[in-house]
Amino acid sequence: MMRFTLERRADPSRLALLLAPLAAVAFTLLACMLLVAWAGAPVGRTYALLFEGAFGSRFALSETLTRATPLMLTGLACAVAFRARLYNIGAEGQLYLGALAAVAVGGMHGGSSFELPMPLLFAGMIAAAALAGAVLLLVPALLKTRLGVDEVVTTLLGNFVVLLFVSMMLDGPMKDPMGMGWPQSVALDGALELGKLLARTRAHTGLLWAVGLAVGLWLVQRYTVFGFQMRSVGANAQAARFLGLPVQRVTLCVAMLSGALAGLAGAIEVAGRTSYVTLDMSPGYGYAGVVVAMLAGLHPLGVLAASLFVAGMQVGADSMSRAVAVPNYIADVIVAVALLAMLVATLFAQYRLRRNP
Amino acid sequence: MTQPPIALRLSGITKRFGSLLANDAISLALAQGEVLALLGENGAGKSTLVSILFGHYVADAGRIEVFGQPLPPGRPDAALAAGIGMVHQHFTLADNMTVLDNVMVGTEPLWRPASRRRQARARLAELGRRFGLAADPDARVGTLSVGEKQRVEILKALYRGARVLILDEPTAVLTPQESQALFATLREFVAQGLAVIFISHKLDEVMAVSQRVAVLRQGRLVAERATAGTSAAELAELMVGRKVVMPRADAAEPAAQASPVVRLAQVCVNAPRGGVPLLCGIDLTVHTHEIVAVAGVAGNGQQALVSLLTGLRQPSEGAIRLGPESAPAPSTPAGWTAAGVGRVPEDRHHEGVIGDNPVWENAIVEDLGDRRFARWGLLRARAGREHARELARRFDVRAASLDVRTRSLSGGNMQKLVLGRALAREPRLIVADQPTWGLDVGAVAYVREQLLAARARGAGILLVSEDLEEIFALADRIAVLCAGRLVAVRPVAQWTPAGVGLAMTGSAATETP
Repeated sequence: MMRFTLERRADPSRLALLLAPLAAVAFTLLACMLLVAWAGAPVGRTYALLFEGAFGSRFALSETLTRATPLMLTGLACAVAFRARLYNIGAEGQLYLGALAAVAVGGMHGGSSFELPMPLLFAGMIAAAALAGAVLLLVPALLKTRLGVDEVVTTLLGNFVVLLFVSMMLDGPMKDPMGMGWPQSVALDGALELGKLLARTRAHTGLLWAVGLAVGLWLVQRYTVFGFQMRSVGANAQAARFLGLPVQRVTLCVAMLSGALAGLAGAIEVAGRTSYVTLDMSPGYGYAGVVVAMLAGLHPLGVLAASLFVAGMQVGADSMSRAVAVPNYIADVIVAVALLAMLVATLFAQYRLRRNP
Repeated sequence: MTQPPIALRLSGITKRFGSLLANDAISLALAQGEVLALLGENGAGKSTLVSILFGHYVADAGRIEVFGQPLPPGRPDAALAAGIGMVHQHFTLADNMTVLDNVMVGTEPLWRPASRRRQARARLAELGRRFGLAADPDARVGTLSVGEKQRVEILKALYRGARVLILDEPTAVLTPQESQALFATLREFVAQGLAVIFISHKLDEVMAVSQRVAVLRQGRLVAERATAGTSAAELAELMVGRKVVMPRADAAEPAAQASPVVRLAQVCVNAPRGGVPLLCGIDLTVHTHEIVAVAGVAGNGQQALVSLLTGLRQPSEGAIRLGPESAPAPSTPAGWTAAGVGRVPEDRHHEGVIGDNPVWENAIVEDLGDRRFARWGLLRARAGREHARELARRFDVRAASLDVRTRSLSGGNMQKLVLGRALAREPRLIVADQPTWGLDVGAVAYVREQLLAARARGAGILLVSEDLEEIFALADRIAVLCAGRLVAVRPVAQWTPAGVGLAMTGSAATETP
């Protein structure tokens, strides 16, 4: 009988870790060809349409970038938290609460005597969104550090609580009087909206925020004491504690950072794209952030590339499905398979398969 | 004298793990009625060899014969059926079952409607009588002492008809008295015609119990000797490949003006969920220029004591004071480091270093508050690497580079890194928990040398160890911990190994030397 065992590589090569996501994506696209063929569509043309719809024209590219922007922020939120082994599955809720806070600051002052210079109001809107997300994640983080409550459960379930709260606000105090009864919030002050990145498209300067934050986070992880502490707590909390690192404080700080990033995703969606909060403003950006972070190998710069891939597949599949008889769910399948392939690829980068004859 | 029949023959056993040649064409024969000691440092290939023998691994080349029959590779069940019994270092017993259940489990066919407990009980009693291995068949294994559990493991192997018994580092967990009892049992075995392979890296035990010694080094069989025709010194040299002088404390050395570096007064640590306290009524002082060794069987409160003295835990009662000025002890690990305490944890992989981080980061991880290595919240990588390079040079840490993951270092190099990190700050107090555990002889000598050098500089050292040989080689005073209490604290001259062994079992509190 042949048996296989996995042996941990003591020092996995950087190249292998870098190639792992590329191999995973390549495998995914190959594997999904079978599904396309099964749906009875011409494989080559379908893939061509998929990529053309994602990156093939100025419009396609702008749509992909628009979609990738919130994914980058939620992806960063997850990557940062996961790196410190804080499993934040609540980016969806943090995004909605951040969006709500942004509108509360930047849209509710109309008619009142409350006046602030626009740059200050903009800063206030951003700060409110970040703070809302941060405080929302601080609760599960405190429960984890103080009482040992599993944060996966609390953050995941918290999402539903937040969505119901948002729904309540949209039908209550924050309901848009001009909304003709639709459950949507009052609109953001037009002067607070983000500028366009490309004329006559939806792509907005929120993308620059996301890229800047990714670079910033990468620098923090690499060059600061906080980044060192965060990596260490994530790699081995027991040793970190023995070696005198403030494990609880690091976990709480990481929670604030992660929540703030996801909250910011909400504010930037509102200011860059939707102008008001609705209950369907996020097609699961928070959950997709988990996928993005994993595909990126938790690397902040990798998050940028992974977001473009995930957004590209979703946008491309929408346009592809209009031309050939492949449902746009293929995007979800591709993303899901890519996640699984990435997990396997990372495993092989870190472990070596041995055959016991 | 006629040659006794061969029980086990290994020919040309070779096993590779990647680029590592774990076993290189090893050929050995074991006669009935003999104890063969398999001697070698950690990593010499002893465990690989017996794992192949027992079917856990499959050799790349070579064959095994048991009583003349070839043994099919890779099948533990075949090894069992051929009469090979294995007693692992870490017991494979179910704590919540009785001795009889543990012995019987897996020996009865599943479709037998009623288990034949009466016969099993009789057979167990018979085996116990025959080999002098008393065990209460109805006792729960969880309530037994470590020595008793080992006896159950041996009975389990005998019950399955083992005629070749392999014992992997069997004395690592035993008190000296329990070890002596085990040796008596092994002599009984061979007198009745069983064959025993005894794996160890402790020379005195090998000399005491075996008839023949096979020495492994770096995967190769480097020597076979009749025990009667060799000496511990020769075996040590064969095992290491060069002469090693184990450093020992010089009894005349202690300085006159000793002052206390740490003082524990009536310290208790309660168990987290109530019950028997982990530590109780501990009074202990460590002075400058001295090594105080804490002896004890594992699990008698050493862990709690070390976590108290490394800042991981606070005393439930009593007080700990540091230095001649009797400053109250800090309450965090970082505080202890800042107070000038060098800490060497028992588990270097899980506490001593962060394996995924590069070597240089682990060299400065305790010094992040130091302005040399971090300023304005930014890491000063260049200074950190410089410090790590200096540390590696001074303490002989061999790493491919300072940027490789620390996980990839060998145990000895990792321990040198941990020790060097602690010693480089010239601590007044060093807390070392099993600092030589699992290291090869060369690294053991190095660690001992460094601890003695620190003592000569004036440091006070609290050494927790389960190795009596080490304790007697290094300590100025020996404290024995048993069931969370210090049984006795006396200068080393007033102890004998047997006395320490008795005190470890709690039976010698009244004994006076």
